[in-house]
Amino acid sequence: MPTSKPTVAVYKFSSCDGCQLSLLNMEDELLDLANAVEIAFFLEATRASKPGPYDIALVEGSITTEHEVERIKEIRSQTKVLIALGTCATSGGVQALRNFADADNYASVVYDHPEYLHFLKTSKPMSDYVTVDMELWGCPVNKAQVIEVIVSLLNNRKPNLPSYPVCLECKRRGTICVLVDKGIPCLGPVTVAGCGALCPTYGRGCYGCFGPSRNMNFESLSAITQKLERYPGEAFRLFRGISGYAPDFRKTADAIPSTSKETK
Amino acid sequence: MKTIEVPALARVEGEGGLYIGLQDGKAVEIRLDIYEPPRFFEGFLLNRFLQEVPDITARICGICPVAYQMSSAFALENALGIKVNPQARALRRLMYCGEYIESHALHIYMLQAPDLFGKESAFELAAIAPDVVKNALRLKKIGNEILKAIGGRSVHPVNVCVGGFYSWPDARSLNDLLTELEWGLQASIDCAKWAMTLPYPELEINYEFVALHHPDEYGVIEGEIWSSKGLKLAISEYETGYIEEHVSRSNALHGHTIDGNTYLVGPLARLNLNHEQLLPNAQKALKDSKLKLPLINPYKSLIARAIELVQFFEEAIQLVTDYKPEGPAHVELNLKAGEGAGATEAPRGLLYHRYKIDDRGLIQFAKITPPTAQNLPRIEADLMAMAPKLVKMSEDDATRTAEHLVRAYDPCISCATHFLKLNVEEVR
Repeated sequence: MPTSKPTVAVYKFSSCDGCQLSLLNMEDELLDLANAVEIAFFLEATRASKPGPYDIALVEGSITTEHEVERIKEIRSQTKVLIALGTCATSGGVQALRNFADADNYASVVYDHPEYLHFLKTSKPMSDYVTVDMELWGCPVNKAQVIEVIVSLLNNRKPNLPSYPVCLECKRRGTICVLVDKGIPCLGPVTVAGCGALCPTYGRGCYGCFGPSRNMNFESLSAITQKLERYPGEAFRLFRGISGYAPDFRKTADAIPSTSKETK
Repeated sequence: MKTIEVPALARVEGEGGLYIGLQDGKAVEIRLDIYEPPRFFEGFLLNRFLQEVPDITARICGICPVAYQMSSAFALENALGIKVNPQARALRRLMYCGEYIESHALHIYMLQAPDLFGKESAFELAAIAPDVVKNALRLKKIGNEILKAIGGRSVHPVNVCVGGFYSWPDARSLNDLLTELEWGLQASIDCAKWAMTLPYPELEINYEFVALHHPDEYGVIEGEIWSSKGLKLAISEYETGYIEEHVSRSNALHGHTIDGNTYLVGPLARLNLNHEQLLPNAQKALKDSKLKLPLINPYKSLIARAIELVQFFEEAIQLVTDYKPEGPAHVELNLKAGEGAGATEAPRGLLYHRYKIDDRGLIQFAKITPPTAQNLPRIEADLMAMAPKLVKMSEDDATRTAEHLVRAYDPCISCATHFLKLNVEEVR
């Protein structure tokens, strides 16, 4: 262990605040955490700040403006370990749905004074602009995983994070499969675990907010989901949701035949 | 000219800055700069299926996702002409209890209290008042535990749907909360007493207060939109009284009344308009505080929040005790074209949604008016009113006092920058 406490900085980009709130929601661990590390920059929690460089940066949100591109580059240059915190930071988030908008339609954007605004046409993960050392998925992130990542860094070991899909969490909880038993479309078979299989536990299908699990059979689940649709276009919308810009979900949605997408 | 500049406001939700130019004892320029980027929610809601809406709108705000889910659900239920069953409605109020408790405890102790103690953060506050901060975290945790018991997690819970809930939460997991809720009720009564002892800056403003009012309960869901100037509107009539406007320096819309006046939403508005509907313990906390209503000092919103903490602990205990899940947790949806508005009270104030849907249940139009957009012009006007006092202070004190004023509003900047519409993916 180093003799001085590692410095931690927390930043927010385009997002809802829910992932940095997960830090403040560590009611049982927050004060211990504040003792174990030096919180050098965390605007939502404190006015006090220390200049970089920082050992760890936890960064929430996606990159949606030129200014944010500059900011993430600056943060990268000041940080040893850059952690992308949550689905916005790792996939562009729900606001990345605008990436699929027809660029030409921007001319017909309906607002009073578009000239007042400065934004990029896309909402993208920070890894599109800088090297990210670790990605923590989830909308929001699971705070137990955030603690695991920080503790592993403090102890110089690899964090123990699941790479398996939500299905295994259902099995472990003893939750009856909503897809097999009730025929409810569910992204659990292809979504990475971490939430604790919440949606199936409440009798609904997973909507993929923790993002895709690696090397899953997306095509097969897509075919099944298209057959189980409860309203036209459900399969397409399910893959094109909260984590819809994540490459595996993006490609799966793109591959759905246009006749099976919402018909206008 | 003397200036107060805060490039990045701390201990508020989202990204904003503050600029005040002072001359001859007056403020000549005031800007609350919102540089949180817009995220276009009303754009990409278009063409989504109505049952997806509560999951999407939750993502507008990590601190008050329940308010977004609920305003959506109520609006869409109104569009379909359906009502949730009484137990589901009660469970929705219980979710609000959880959200108010976590949000108010966060704001009172971790965002605003450090200002009243001259500290930079709750971490610093913990060094001089460890028990205050430990109790604060315990209070906040109870709110989050309520949300977890009903919706699986406290940020973006997964159980709310149009029509009610996906399934009834387990009665035992709710009952398990009772011991902590009883502790929280007492702790919040103590919090309200403590709140009265704090050294608030002096500022009194003749506000127009606007809040939901319900004759039978403390207004949070459903009811009418009341103004302290006497205007009473059905929720569906909201837009006839209040409008939003796009101003150049900001990524948020600014709200005002149809007559062009600023108005205030949030805890002060609710307490002043709805104190008669408070439950007995909250009534007593208000009486014991010897507060004179209307409470018109924005810094003292903290006291209103503390009294609301008592209210929501008290209500949570009732709702948990009376919880009897029977029959289906949600009503079946019969899709038809329609339009519906919904409004609920988020912890930081009135939150209004309106949607149009087609006969397949797809969203054709979405409008969302968050509380902070309505309060932004009021925050600027308050800073203007505070200016004569700010000029007499040292630069550091003036900056802190101005920042404190902004923070006392509990602005939610991510919420305020939801707006703007664009055409989303045209599906072939």
